[in-house]
Amino acid sequence: MSEKIKTKKMKVSKDDRIFDIVKWAFLGFVILIVLYPLYFVVIASFSDPTYVNNGKVLFWPKGFMLTGYQRIFKDSRILTGYMNTLLYTICGTFFGVVCTMLAGYSLSRKDLPGKTLIMLLFIFTMYFQGGMIPFYLIVKGLNLVNTRLLMIITGSVSVYNIIITRSFLAGNISDELLDASRMDGCGNGRFFFSIVLPLSKAIVAVIALYIAVVHWNSYFNAMIFLTDESKYPLQLFLRDILLMASSTINATSEADPEAAMKLQMMGQVIKYGVIVVSTVPIICVYPFIQKYFVKGVMIGSVKG
Amino acid sequence: MTKWNKTLKLMKRNWLLYVFLLPAAIYIGTFMYAPMYGLIIAFKDFTASKGIMGSPWVGMKWFETFFSTPRFWQILKNTLTLSIYSLIVGFPLPIILALFINDIGNLKAKKFAQTVTYMPYFISTVVLVGMMSVLFSPRSGVVNALLAHLGGSGDTFFMGESKYFPHMYVWSGVWQSMGWNSIIYIAALTGVSQELHEAAKIDGANKFQRVLHVDLPAILPTMVILLIMNCGNILSVGYEKVYLLQNSLNTPVSEVISTYIYKMGLQQQRYSYSTAIGLFNNVINFVILVIVNKLSKKVSGTGLW
Repeated sequence: MSEKIKTKKMKVSKDDRIFDIVKWAFLGFVILIVLYPLYFVVIASFSDPTYVNNGKVLFWPKGFMLTGYQRIFKDSRILTGYMNTLLYTICGTFFGVVCTMLAGYSLSRKDLPGKTLIMLLFIFTMYFQGGMIPFYLIVKGLNLVNTRLLMIITGSVSVYNIIITRSFLAGNISDELLDASRMDGCGNGRFFFSIVLPLSKAIVAVIALYIAVVHWNSYFNAMIFLTDESKYPLQLFLRDILLMASSTINATSEADPEAAMKLQMMGQVIKYGVIVVSTVPIICVYPFIQKYFVKGVMIGSVKG
Repeated sequence: MTKWNKTLKLMKRNWLLYVFLLPAAIYIGTFMYAPMYGLIIAFKDFTASKGIMGSPWVGMKWFETFFSTPRFWQILKNTLTLSIYSLIVGFPLPIILALFINDIGNLKAKKFAQTVTYMPYFISTVVLVGMMSVLFSPRSGVVNALLAHLGGSGDTFFMGESKYFPHMYVWSGVWQSMGWNSIIYIAALTGVSQELHEAAKIDGANKFQRVLHVDLPAILPTMVILLIMNCGNILSVGYEKVYLLQNSLNTPVSEVISTYIYKMGLQQQRYSYSTAIGLFNNVINFVILVIVNKLSKKVSGTGLW
């Protein structure tokens, strides 16, 4: 009897060991695949382009050089792009948070006639849209083409954010709290600003980050609607530099093959540097704000 | 009558809440519902000078044009290939990752694995594609350098040759969002009671069996919901990444409905034609969503609505 239990236990622990091996192999592989490209971009950006292009740079920088970065910081496009993106992100996030909090709060109130209908109308837009061209025609009709205002507004209000805000507020602001404040003569406005808002710091952080990431990353609307380079967000300049630069470099320096070669190599190192410069701020801030994103996903998943 | 009075009284008392709703409602009205009204130009021969109302009706002409272009089947095939391939690879991997991460005992190691795997999600699409283009470049990229070390030729043009395009598209997507997509499962897994695991252990279940019979059922509803939502997007391969990955070599396999709409509509200004294509796309998506939702409700009892 005891013998039997023992063999069973042994077998279980052996199976578990196989499970653990598979688990760590999988996780190790995933972590390596995620980290190595990022690490490589960083070391390549500090290395001599000749080594990088010959595949000599694999695990540590070789021929330490900062020329790429010097070129990048001289390039006014990066600075312009950064300023524009910051402007669009900050203003857009503020606008989006205000709209989302106000709407989310109203829809979280059980005593608001018509809220189900409004909610339905909002949710419908998540599953059915007019599409790119009608959207373009509307924006054109409103004279918002090539304006900074459009860059700030679009992408700021999303129904998904309104829904998670509503779920959060419905779960965190109790009816008793509302009733009690009403007894004390507190109206809807004062209740929202002096009681609800201070209690919703977590959800404000979550939706602010969601909106900010959308603004930081978007390029397509800017590409469609902006014609002035001075209004371009960072991502649009990055697209020029990272994905279209090689052709212009080839075109400008055909005359001298050696110079052309050098320029092209330089171009590669500049690309690595540009990726670093444009992504490091996010990656550095990200571990500190990660918990808010996770919180957002969790609040969102409660409702489904 | 008294019910009406009560509603009116509530509306009066809560008038401010309607004001609160206004900004979001105006936004959604302007940027979501107004374009839906604009959809009628799919049935008209729209010219900017005549406006939406003034342009003549043409019935289903634009849909017929689209269905009869030789590129229709190609574009549909490309779109379906990318989205089905993405679904097959991109749906189970986050679940496996979540189950493994959930099983890490050491809290610090767990946190590390989470932080690292979520990270790529915060890299913008432009930077992602930029990274791919330098890392996979034929002579100077590190991938080719590594392949050369392993005995490969070292000059494969991954970003150009069309046979690599679906893999590049799908696996870069996995790289970017596998961790992020696992969060929702990890969240659901934290709700699994430890007692269930203990009970299963006493019954002699090994780790794999416990994952299969304790953890997996716990995240099943989440899986179903996400699967429905993914199915509802089967025809909408986003233009943001595909457009950046496109070049003259790979367009036969990389042209999808959304990029075709962009090119027809905004580059060639064929507004009515491209609106019709967009409408076709949306209707199919919506119908699939409704059908899958209904099926899932019947089979598993979970659904979006």
